[in-house]
Amino acid sequence: MDKSITELHELLKNGKITSEELVKESLEKSKEVEEKYNAFVTILDDTKGKNVTDSLVSGIPFGVKDNYSTKDVLSTGSSNTLKNYVPFYTATVVQKLFDAGAIIVNKTALDEFGMGGTGTTCHTGPVLNPWDKTRMCAGSSSGSACAIASGVYPFALGSDTGDSIRKPAAYCGIVGYKPTYGMLSRYGLFPFASSLDHCGVLTRSVEDAAIVSDIMKGKDEHDMTSWDSSNIHLQESLTGDIKGKKLFYIKEICNLANYPNASEELKMHLQNFDKTLDLLKEAGAEVEEISIDQRLLNAIASVYVVISCAEATSNMSNLTGIIFGPRSDKQNIFEMMKDHRTKGFSPLIKRRFVIGSYVLQKENQERYFKNAARVRRLIVDKMKELFKEYDALILPVSSGPAKKFDEDKDVIDDNTNVLEEHLQIGNFGGFPSITIPNGFVNDLPVGINITGNCYDDENVLNIAYTLEGMMPYKGQIAKERE
Amino acid sequence: MKKQIAVIGLEMHCELKSNSKVFSSARNSYSEIPNVNIAPVDMAFPGTLPVVNKKCVADALKMSMTLNCKQPEYMYFDRKNYYYPDLPKGYQITQMNAPVGVDGKIEIEVNDKLIPVYIHDIHLEEDAASLDHFFDTSNIDYNRAGVPLLELVTEPCFHSADEAVAFLEHMRRVYQYCDVSEADTKKGQIRCDVNVSIMDEDATELGTKVEIKNVNSFGGVHDAIVYEIERQTKLKEEGRYSEVEQETRRWDEESGTTIRMRSKVDAIDYKYFVEPNIPKYKISKEWLEKLRKEIPRLALERKQDYIKNYGLSSYDAEILVKDKEISDYFEECLNLKIDAKSATNWITTQILGYINKHDLSINDLYLTPTRLKDLIEETNKGTISSKQAKDIFFKVIEEKKDIKDFISKDNVQISDKEELTKIIDEILSNNQSQIEEYKNGRTNIFDYFVGQVMKNTRGKANPVLTKEILTEKLK
Repeated sequence: MDKSITELHELLKNGKITSEELVKESLEKSKEVEEKYNAFVTILDDTKGKNVTDSLVSGIPFGVKDNYSTKDVLSTGSSNTLKNYVPFYTATVVQKLFDAGAIIVNKTALDEFGMGGTGTTCHTGPVLNPWDKTRMCAGSSSGSACAIASGVYPFALGSDTGDSIRKPAAYCGIVGYKPTYGMLSRYGLFPFASSLDHCGVLTRSVEDAAIVSDIMKGKDEHDMTSWDSSNIHLQESLTGDIKGKKLFYIKEICNLANYPNASEELKMHLQNFDKTLDLLKEAGAEVEEISIDQRLLNAIASVYVVISCAEATSNMSNLTGIIFGPRSDKQNIFEMMKDHRTKGFSPLIKRRFVIGSYVLQKENQERYFKNAARVRRLIVDKMKELFKEYDALILPVSSGPAKKFDEDKDVIDDNTNVLEEHLQIGNFGGFPSITIPNGFVNDLPVGINITGNCYDDENVLNIAYTLEGMMPYKGQIAKERE
Repeated sequence: MKKQIAVIGLEMHCELKSNSKVFSSARNSYSEIPNVNIAPVDMAFPGTLPVVNKKCVADALKMSMTLNCKQPEYMYFDRKNYYYPDLPKGYQITQMNAPVGVDGKIEIEVNDKLIPVYIHDIHLEEDAASLDHFFDTSNIDYNRAGVPLLELVTEPCFHSADEAVAFLEHMRRVYQYCDVSEADTKKGQIRCDVNVSIMDEDATELGTKVEIKNVNSFGGVHDAIVYEIERQTKLKEEGRYSEVEQETRRWDEESGTTIRMRSKVDAIDYKYFVEPNIPKYKISKEWLEKLRKEIPRLALERKQDYIKNYGLSSYDAEILVKDKEISDYFEECLNLKIDAKSATNWITTQILGYINKHDLSINDLYLTPTRLKDLIEETNKGTISSKQAKDIFFKVIEEKKDIKDFISKDNVQISDKEELTKIIDEILSNNQSQIEEYKNGRTNIFDYFVGQVMKNTRGKANPVLTKEILTEKLK
């Protein structure tokens, strides 16, 4: 199960292994990982193997983040408000994988409804990092990232509203990819902030991410924001040739001089990033440093908070326990809703709902919500302008390796704020964005992120693929630190 | 106290006709059985998304055009956020920022006079579920959740209950003419909110506005307005106008009064924002033009045309335009060059009488305008008498045959003067004594001669012509 999709497909085709054996191994591994790292909400014990066809994922097990609707399988969003919810329909992207013959073996834990970046707010408890149990996986696709890094299966679905695929990928030393907004249908993904939400995938190689996304993508009549991508072929576009491509990085984020109190980890992380840039140049790409107005960068985090919290309060107003979820035994219907929500949501989410309501209130909307939308537009316009000249943006992910549980509780540190939050740019613009591992700091994996213009997924993946090929981290499985 | 005038504004909600709901694939159809017309999105199951029904948008734009509103450049929707058990998502998808129509103006007829009505806006939204309250439980029926709803908001431009109701009736007719809604109040397809305030006749500032929610019949709208004007006027007379509060009341049909629900101070902040799951959609000029062409000539215009250009009475014209199918039938008659008054007589008496009695649509009537034309022509020619025409009218419908099938040699009226003169001459020659009596002054035996002619022709002699010839001969 530590192999890639194409390797497994080959073995299945040649009859060296059976789908049944893979499922069995994956289930055993799931139980082990559950015990050690608490990565799952549900493990589907009675899963059977499937026929192997020409589809690369046929007969291969995979995991699904628990905020995807899966028919007849508990889907909780890792929230007590849906702790008993069994949907009667399956999300479009999951169904496409089913149709291609892939086999779901578990539902992975997440920060409640994707609203968190630590993996600590799941109703089933925190998810531990398989490289070091005292550290977090980041979030919100914590369980999926943990499972991939632990070799439970070659791919798992994630979702990404701020960085929820791409940051856990970095912390776990794996690949995390979210395609252009609308390339994957969101039908069946429990919404957090609809204008920022993306479906995506976590894998151990760029090629696997391409293969799975090729299967999942396409216009969906249930999602008006989805679009026809039949002319995009991700796997085929992985040529390993990036000669003449132009990439940029942002000086204000990458320059060590901007961090007067830099930790050792941060220094090593940024030095390592520079080495990766050298690899790009070696491969024939140009890399340039550009400068962006610091005020614009500083605004990223607050723009994100305002927009995501506002949309979240509205999106989650359906969680009343009346139609689904545990129903309150209070007598009056308004008391029932209140009781359900008071008991069901974690304090973090409630805090975000308060922020969301506040910024949407009539008297505050102009100052907060509408201004956030304007700044979002400024940031996106700036990026689009840069993408006219450059093929992609490359940046280090986070300020170092995975954080310790007692270190960070989703508190914004002014110092490294932009470094921690810049991936949200990819959500503001709906840009295709991928994280791949680029080395180790103190024996813990770190990652870089490559982001390109909308609809330019092929290019973004090919750059990541080329870089991956020049580094020894492809397919790596976590080795727990003592 | 100075003379008071009332100022009234209306919000009219009308359910639209469509195959599926406005944002879901569930059937848009009324059902007595609860929760049969539902899709996952109607019950807000997590992960479901709205998909806009283009036909509903098209119909909404048509209504916007009939009200002479301005249409937006882009179509998009907003969320109106509030908690209520009939609202599964916890928000309603509606239009706040860019409604399908704003700033409209139309003229309507009230007691044969035209008055202007100013439209604030008209917007497309989704209906809520319906609630049934019992002694200790309430049931939710999601059939109605997501049904397309057009909300029309007027400026406060009415001054009496009659004007307000005339507008509602006018609009009901517009919806029906454009075939975008059945607009049936009995099925709850039209629901209204009414704003009422009073002010001194010469005042420039409006008085305190009271909103009456959820009035579900036109009669109710009328009575609620009358009641509310009286209530406010009485308080003013008694020097207690300060007790009229800006508030929301509801119309209680049973007691015939309005009852306070909540003060405007407690008004909900709906925290509107743009619905992110529905991309902005550019409304092309070509599409608007195409839709405009699909709008039929409306009732008031037809009525004025009938009166002015065809000499109909206001009364008759009103009957003809009450229902678009009837009016279309009439216009088909005009196209066939049937005399407008004859067509009107036939439609307003025989045809409407028949279809009402048998609960038929005029379009199902076997007597098409073409057949009606034959019938009228044969009567005018004198081939058949008007009494015969009425018999044939029923026979054509019931036996589904043409007019000519009922006009045989046997029953054709004798309207040929020469032929009739011959017959009369013969009868007269056989009745010499009676002629003498007649000439001696017994003029009342004139009918005897008519009777003889009828007897001789087995009733087929044209009676008018018969009398004419007899008078001549007996001079």
